[in-house]
Amino acid sequence: MSRQIDYRTAIREALAEEIERDPNVFIIGEEVAQYNGAYKVTQGLWAKYGDKRVIDAPISEAGFIGMGVGASMLGLRPVMELMFWSFAYVAFDQMINNAATVRYMSGGLLHCPIVVRGPANGGTNVGATHSHTPENLFGNMPGLKVVCPATAYDAKGLMKTAIRDNDPVYVMENTKLYGELWDVPEGEYTIPLGVADVKRSGSDLTLVAHGRAVITCLKAAELLEAEHDIKAEVVDLRSIRPLDEQTILDSVRKTHRVVVVEENKPFCGVGAQITAMIQEKAFDDLDAPVARVSAIDAPAIYSPRLEEVQLPRPMDVVTKALSIC
Amino acid sequence: MVPAGFSKRHYLTIMSAILKNEPGTGAQFAQEAINQTLEPSDKVRFLRDMVRIRNFEERSNKAYSQGRIGGFLHLYIGQESVAISAASLMGPNDHMITAYRDHGHALAVGMSMNECMAELYGKATGCSKGKGGSMHYFAPDKNFWGGHGIVGGQTPLGLGIAFALKYQGKTGSCLCFLGDGAVNQGAFHESLNLASLWDIPVIYVIENNGYSMGTSQARSSAYPEYLAKRAEGYNMAWDVFNGWDVYELRAGFHRAMHRAHTESRPTIVEIATYRYRGHSVADANSKVYRTKEEIEQYENLFDPITRWKNTLINEGVITEEDYRQLNHEALQEAEAAAQFAEQSPWPTEADITADVYHEVDHQTESGLTGKHFFND
Ligand SMILES: Cc1ncc(C[n+]2csc(CCOP(=O)(O)OP(=O)(O)O)c2C)c(N)n1
Ligand SMILES: [Mg+2]
Repeated sequence: MSRQIDYRTAIREALAEEIERDPNVFIIGEEVAQYNGAYKVTQGLWAKYGDKRVIDAPISEAGFIGMGVGASMLGLRPVMELMFWSFAYVAFDQMINNAATVRYMSGGLLHCPIVVRGPANGGTNVGATHSHTPENLFGNMPGLKVVCPATAYDAKGLMKTAIRDNDPVYVMENTKLYGELWDVPEGEYTIPLGVADVKRSGSDLTLVAHGRAVITCLKAAELLEAEHDIKAEVVDLRSIRPLDEQTILDSVRKTHRVVVVEENKPFCGVGAQITAMIQEKAFDDLDAPVARVSAIDAPAIYSPRLEEVQLPRPMDVVTKALSIC
Repeated sequence: MVPAGFSKRHYLTIMSAILKNEPGTGAQFAQEAINQTLEPSDKVRFLRDMVRIRNFEERSNKAYSQGRIGGFLHLYIGQESVAISAASLMGPNDHMITAYRDHGHALAVGMSMNECMAELYGKATGCSKGKGGSMHYFAPDKNFWGGHGIVGGQTPLGLGIAFALKYQGKTGSCLCFLGDGAVNQGAFHESLNLASLWDIPVIYVIENNGYSMGTSQARSSAYPEYLAKRAEGYNMAWDVFNGWDVYELRAGFHRAMHRAHTESRPTIVEIATYRYRGHSVADANSKVYRTKEEIEQYENLFDPITRWKNTLINEGVITEEDYRQLNHEALQEAEAAAQFAEQSPWPTEADITADVYHEVDHQTESGLTGKHFFND
């Protein structure tokens, strides 16, 4: 049965299905229960599942995320909402020193099956403190997994896998995508972490992206085809760590040209990692240097007019693509 | 009057006991029900546990000075009574978590000297396979959840362990230890608020040994009174007791654990105790921020092992000769542990990337898709 639901509803379905499936799964976060979620992702869940499974936390990220890490060591599976990923920094110690390392430092005696989820994006004119995209920071930490879904279909399948995973998985969503409608099948399905998805196939150029940059790339690919007769392939990473290198390399070997696109800043970003990997493993397949498009390298600007410029637009991707084609 | 190092309150607690020369403070606590049910064999076990901890640490200290152990080595010597008293009350649903000064707690819950010593040596036979070191011992099978190196970082974890017990409908508690310096960390205060707000059966145990590294309580806490009294800001129960008498410690821990078990309410307890050695073995200033006399005075009057030994001799439970025997056995056990560590194999290079991801270690479907490590 084909139907369309939005990205936020897809995540909500994943949460509800996992709450019903496993009594150890519960949701905790600020305004997730009685207020129905700051971005309404958890709407209706408290009414349906009650206080035990959907818990409103005070504004205390280090406290409740650290609590979730501790509870997970005894077998619970907390799904913790950050109202914005930008607020992760006040819980950084718990998310890195504890979540990412307790398994290692105990020589494998423990594990930490938590999910931390919430929106991580700029582009909504809320200034630098609310616009961080820290997938590269957390992806840098062995022990953590990082997922950035671009579509409702991926968001649901990846979220269910993240909740069932026995390691800490940090899911970075996007408020600008919450309302986007996509085909999502009825019923249960999961998507493995570490498997990229070719969202559009093409023969002349590879665009590698994650999160909303995938949508930007799909628009850019249309323009490239319509106006320049360039057929771009769009590889959606979906998962940052684990990373599907094979799908990237397969595409590069087919097209011989790559632009890596991200909404994050360029320095030490995910694009830097992928660029280094491509030049090392597919150097002979390249017909041009690997190019990158990232956000303009400054804190996120408030000014609505300029923030649009600061983040990669389809035209920026087209321009960069033309420079190597 | 008050030596520079001590907070006035900590100093007065200790000094008033010294002045009153109260070797018998324990006597009143000995009468409490929780202590009345003790068998002589239990009392001897407490002594043995303390003596084992001290001998283990003295031996590890020797290994450290011989260059066999890397990094830090935070000795618990002087505080042994605290961990063993708490552990003596733990039932199947009572849990423990602490900071980096964790050897005493680990041995108190029943971890072996061999696995603990081998961990210090960084050997594959260590409790964490040589991946954690001195500050990061774990034994989930003994309800012991570490061993945490970030000051105050374990306090939300302790909350979470107690939260999980409540979620699972178990009657239990989590004893979460921290130092007098750790009370100033934000994560601790967030944990206190959540613990009280949500009726979580966690017990925060402040082992107040007077110093956080070289900083006395007087120089670290704006609040001049008992550190535990900060609980009042969170509508939480608190208690203070001395750390040198096993009867008093057990009575105090029992009150807090009973509250956790019967009311699912948290408590902060503060325990006056003292560390004889440097912050870490490598603490060159250990006699600079406090006087030699201060250390000697405490050691002479309040050493928890000496006091418990005397209590047991007075009660006719043991003789001096029994004690010497017990000490000798612990010494030999520690020596054997050092030999075991010495002879144990190192972890292999391949071990570096094991125990990072559960799914990879278990070769599950999820562990097989995508790249988890990026060296090649
Ligand atoms: C967040 C953090 N800051 C600083 C340190 C360095 N450090 C380790 S122990 C310590 C003193 C802590 O003293 P206290 O809490 O009283 O515990 P004690 O050492 O007396 O057992 C310091 C400053 C650390 N490990 N973590
Ligand atoms: Mg201290």
